[in-house]
Amino acid sequence: MSNELIDFVIVSIALLAIGIYGVSVKRNAIRMLFAIEIIINAANLNLVAFARYIPNSKGQTFALFSIAIAAAEVAVGLALIVVAYRMYKNVDIAEFRSLKG
Amino acid sequence: MADAVFLAISVLTIGSAIAALEVRSLIYGSISLMGTLGGIAGYFLLLDSPFVAMFQIAVYIGSIAVLILFTVMLVRRQLIFFKVEDKRRRYAGVGLMLVMMVALGAIILSSGIKTIQTDAPPIDFRTIGEDFLTYYWPALVLMALILASSVIGALTLARREDIENEQRTN
Repeated sequence: MSNELIDFVIVSIALLAIGIYGVSVKRNAIRMLFAIEIIINAANLNLVAFARYIPNSKGQTFALFSIAIAAAEVAVGLALIVVAYRMYKNVDIAEFRSLKG
Repeated sequence: MADAVFLAISVLTIGSAIAALEVRSLIYGSISLMGTLGGIAGYFLLLDSPFVAMFQIAVYIGSIAVLILFTVMLVRRQLIFFKVEDKRRRYAGVGLMLVMMVALGAIILSSGIKTIQTDAPPIDFRTIGEDFLTYYWPALVLMALILASSVIGALTLARREDIENEQRTN
């Protein structure tokens, strides 16, 4: 294998930084969800990379758990966005001011 | 040093991650997000973890990306191109991103993992299955319950009560 651990870690740092930029700047709720997905993927890449180089099977197991939980999170997040869109006719998070159902 | 395949996947992944956040249309944004997720699956293949790569493709590209695409198509057309951004906030975000990259990069480079390489054989997926069913079985059961409850929660949240009441009164 010609790739080193540091290469994967640097890509993962770049993805994390892009995701944090998205979460902090974007006001569109769906775009924020994109950014969260990118952050979760950076974490998974880190888990699998360290698991390959240690070597250990636990990292892959955790990555699989993390992917499954991310699927649940996206389903609930998108349902929340749909409900908020129906109430406010908008996807701007600055407009979501009330918690009243 | 990294090889050509790695560099190609890096360009695809990071480029489409930036595109997913910056492209004007949300539909193209979600398609670029698929590119990022596929690139991560490519990294998993490079890391000799084909099982995780297949899982990534099945769950992320097969269900999450398609779910996002359908939700984007459900919202109104002008909201797909909706973009309100503070200029100052944007610059602050870019600054935060660069600071984060430099700081974390410096920490990683100063740690001892700089030249770690491995000749160990890749881990067989049978080991992962064994892990799941022996040591981690409570977590596996819990995960199944969480998935089921999240699907039920999503369905109840997105239900339209007004239409149901109308049908009942008719």
